[in-house]
Amino acid sequence: MSLFSLFGALEIGLIFSLVALGVFISFRLLRFPDLTVDGSFPLGGAVGAVCIASGMDPFLATVCATLAGAAAGVLTALLNVYLKIMDLLASILMMIALYSINLRIMGKPNIPLIMEPTVFSVLQPEWLVDYIGRPLILIVVVVFAKFGLDAYFSTQQGLAIRATGSNPRMARSQGVNTGAMIILGMAISNGLVGLAGALYAQTQGGADISMGIGTIVIGLAAVIVGESILPSRKLFMLTLAVVLGAIVYRFFIALALNSDFIGLKAQDLNLVTALLVTVALVIPLLKQRYARRKRV
Amino acid sequence: MLKATNLKITFNPCTPIETRALQGLSLEIPTGQFVTVIGTNGAGKSTFLNAVSGDLAVDSGSILIDDSEVTRLPVWQRAAKVARVFQDPMAGTCEDLTIEENMALAQCRGSKRGLSWAVKASQRDHYREHLAKLGLGLENRLTDRIGLLSGGQRQAVSLLMAALQPSRILLLDEHTAALDPRTADFVLKLTQRIVAEKQLTTMMVTHSMRQALDVGDRTVMLHQGQVVLDVSGEQRKGMDVKDLLNMFEQVRGEEISDDALLLS
Repeated sequence: MSLFSLFGALEIGLIFSLVALGVFISFRLLRFPDLTVDGSFPLGGAVGAVCIASGMDPFLATVCATLAGAAAGVLTALLNVYLKIMDLLASILMMIALYSINLRIMGKPNIPLIMEPTVFSVLQPEWLVDYIGRPLILIVVVVFAKFGLDAYFSTQQGLAIRATGSNPRMARSQGVNTGAMIILGMAISNGLVGLAGALYAQTQGGADISMGIGTIVIGLAAVIVGESILPSRKLFMLTLAVVLGAIVYRFFIALALNSDFIGLKAQDLNLVTALLVTVALVIPLLKQRYARRKRV
Repeated sequence: MLKATNLKITFNPCTPIETRALQGLSLEIPTGQFVTVIGTNGAGKSTFLNAVSGDLAVDSGSILIDDSEVTRLPVWQRAAKVARVFQDPMAGTCEDLTIEENMALAQCRGSKRGLSWAVKASQRDHYREHLAKLGLGLENRLTDRIGLLSGGQRQAVSLLMAALQPSRILLLDEHTAALDPRTADFVLKLTQRIVAEKQLTTMMVTHSMRQALDVGDRTVMLHQGQVVLDVSGEQRKGMDVKDLLNMFEQVRGEEISDDALLLS
């Protein structure tokens, strides 16, 4: 594996660690199986790309993309909280609706950003090459996101969100407006995913309508891989595990696709993902069995 | 003070399984009184409790807490006035959160939840002090997940949590029923201590006639969704389970055949 593809894997891994943090908030903290991310990731990309292409400052465009993602999360939560549509179904409805909305926003299936300024081209000094500069910038973003979330979920409000996911009846009896907490949590979750989408479009040279396909699987894969390499119950460790999971996952994918002797090609990406998640899910089970046998 | 007037709740109305759980129930509990509520299975005890807490919406009637109408308020909006301990020890606490985080959640009951730290150093001492009084050694386990605690321990913490913030009424829903006899006794004594200390207006639903007469200042019996017996003061002091049964038979003209009620 070349240094180039290693840094490439790190770059994409860091972007997807934002997605993974979002998925962690919805699936793990709120226990809301949310597939909206398959729509909010390209939504972030679309909004970011359209804004930049129309001449907006790339930072402002990225903020707009984050807010658009958050709005998508709020809508999914509203379908669930006020219209009482089952969580999974509400998110599926939102996901397919977003496909059309994204096409409307972009006006065409893809928007190139080859010659436009991006947050990376603005921040990166001239002498630094792309494949090193981008991961460095992304590390700062991810560290901010990770510690920001750690802090937020230790506040009174953040604790109320966690209680809502863990035991909604108890949360209500302690005066927590659980509906509002679901909406808030979903906004944060999908806001992160929208941000990731905008950053992805800016590193990949443009937004594409199909860029969202399988986002949820990659996000979940990262969460599951992270939990199996760093099992913990503490919030600080959990978010760290999720970030590492996303990077390790991309690293394995790059390794598999770049090892000529295995003979895997780019089209095998989804198969490798499925296999990797299966292995990550089975490892804790095997560990348990092994531990039990040792005790006997 | 709690004032429930003419509460009616019907489950599955207009169907073959229609159940009229509350049929015009009225009850007034003055401030500071400790009322025990008994009744057979299906008498409407839990339904009544859930109506007061807001978990169940009433079809008609009104619920007043301290002269303010709460009949149509959702659970979380009543929480400032109503504290509650559930029957299931797992239901009253958040398994994934630590002991101190659970207590911090209860500390915020009735106030707005902002962006300040949930668990502050000063509060931690306060929690430790409360937990030490339980004598269960929990004061050294503040950062343990509450899921690691036994049912009895969790129920004891739930009680502490319910009393952490002032409330106008404390609801106890057979909160000792899921515990072994020794632990149940411990939790009951703790209940009496906390209620006396904070002079809480309390409504305790119980399945045991013995317990209903031994604890509190007044005993109310529900039957078919209505209050059928209401004893307090001198009359209650000398009463035995047998007297209670006789009174019930006189009032209703039927015998109680619920073993659990008679035996415990």
